[in-house]
Amino acid sequence: MTVVRHGFLGALTPAHRDRLLALAHDVSFPGGTRIFEEGGEADRFWIVGSGLVALDVHVPGRPEPVVETLGEGELVGWSWLFEPYRWHLGARTRTAVLAREFDARQVRGACEEDPAFGLAVTHCVAQVIARRLQATRTRLLDLYGPPPGHGGGT
Amino acid sequence: MTGAFAETAAAPPLPYRVAQRRTDTPDTATIVLEPVGTALPPFTPGQFAMVYAFGVGDIPLSVSGIDGRRLTHTVRAVGAISGALHGVRPGQTVGVRGPFGTGWELSEEAGRDLLVVAGGIGLAPLRPLVRAALAELGRYGRLSVLIGARSPHELLYSDETAHWQAGARVLTTVDHPAPDWMGDVGVVTTLLDRAVFDPSTATAFVCGPEPMIRATADELVHRGVAPDRIRVSLERTMHCGTGHCGHCQLGPLLLCRDGPVVTWTRARPLLLIREL
Repeated sequence: MTVVRHGFLGALTPAHRDRLLALAHDVSFPGGTRIFEEGGEADRFWIVGSGLVALDVHVPGRPEPVVETLGEGELVGWSWLFEPYRWHLGARTRTAVLAREFDARQVRGACEEDPAFGLAVTHCVAQVIARRLQATRTRLLDLYGPPPGHGGGT
Repeated sequence: MTGAFAETAAAPPLPYRVAQRRTDTPDTATIVLEPVGTALPPFTPGQFAMVYAFGVGDIPLSVSGIDGRRLTHTVRAVGAISGALHGVRPGQTVGVRGPFGTGWELSEEAGRDLLVVAGGIGLAPLRPLVRAALAELGRYGRLSVLIGARSPHELLYSDETAHWQAGARVLTTVDHPAPDWMGDVGVVTTLLDRAVFDPSTATAFVCGPEPMIRATADELVHRGVAPDRIRVSLERTMHCGTGHCGHCQLGPLLLCRDGPVVTWTRARPLLLIREL
């Protein structure tokens, strides 16, 4: 499975990337598979090779609204790095998905064993969180909605 | 002011008849105009016309389609004039001046990968560019079209963009999905990982709300696309369309004349100045 140059792994040095990938194994999910539930134990994470994963939120009495989708090269899950290691959102495949799967405990152990590697992995995850925070802020602006002062335009 | 621009600027609006009208979204419609008599000089993708709703006023509208003497515009109803133009029906007449402004200059991009990034109604001025590229696919490298919209029912030209897949990689994302939406959800920049382009040689064409343009262009530069190879279409309040009134001034630029399409090299420092 190829790994995208600008995805999650793109920010790691080749040595750190190889070390992380050595801890991975390939998995596949049919479309419509629930990968994890919000609030469940965040004991694994994935990097998408192909296909689309939707992150959703549990809302009682209605279908889970999708808040974001993740495609090729993107990290699925960061709750595994921070206590209490519980998923903040749920994840379900939208299409058939090929991914690299990592055991969270094993990766955390490697990070503790080698602080330089740990810092690099934490930095990469922080970049993902920052990008998603920025994207969320941008969406809050509702840029494509009616312009401010709707009705006063030309 | 000299030559053809001076002639265009001084010319009165010419009457064009509404030949077709299609509702795209609840507040957006696409109208096809044909000249009643004399036609305006040819438009190129990226340029705009001043379209006059008689008795109400005129506004700048990019061409969203060019077909011989016919002009196509996509108009979103946000005020009195755009509301009047949005509401026109086949057989009615409007006034048109133009062509104004700079175009996307696609003809300069032979052999290069083309990356088109559109947000919301920003797809309208990019549509003739995509059509021109698809009509001459062998002339260019790979074509990727990334489209962002507020919701699935606000996506423009959905029937047409589905057909673009035959010659281009077309990816679409929305901010607010409907329950039955099975595509991407998120900002348009998240699609860049799946676009097919060589950053060292590709040319990007970007149009949409200004924060979306900034985010996209900055991300493209981060990925290695030269700022000179990123063309963005900027919007300011255009009034005269002829570089006289100054309403559309952005620093040293009069966007109705020097724009709307400019390189990111030129645009970025100006967009960082709050006073502009």
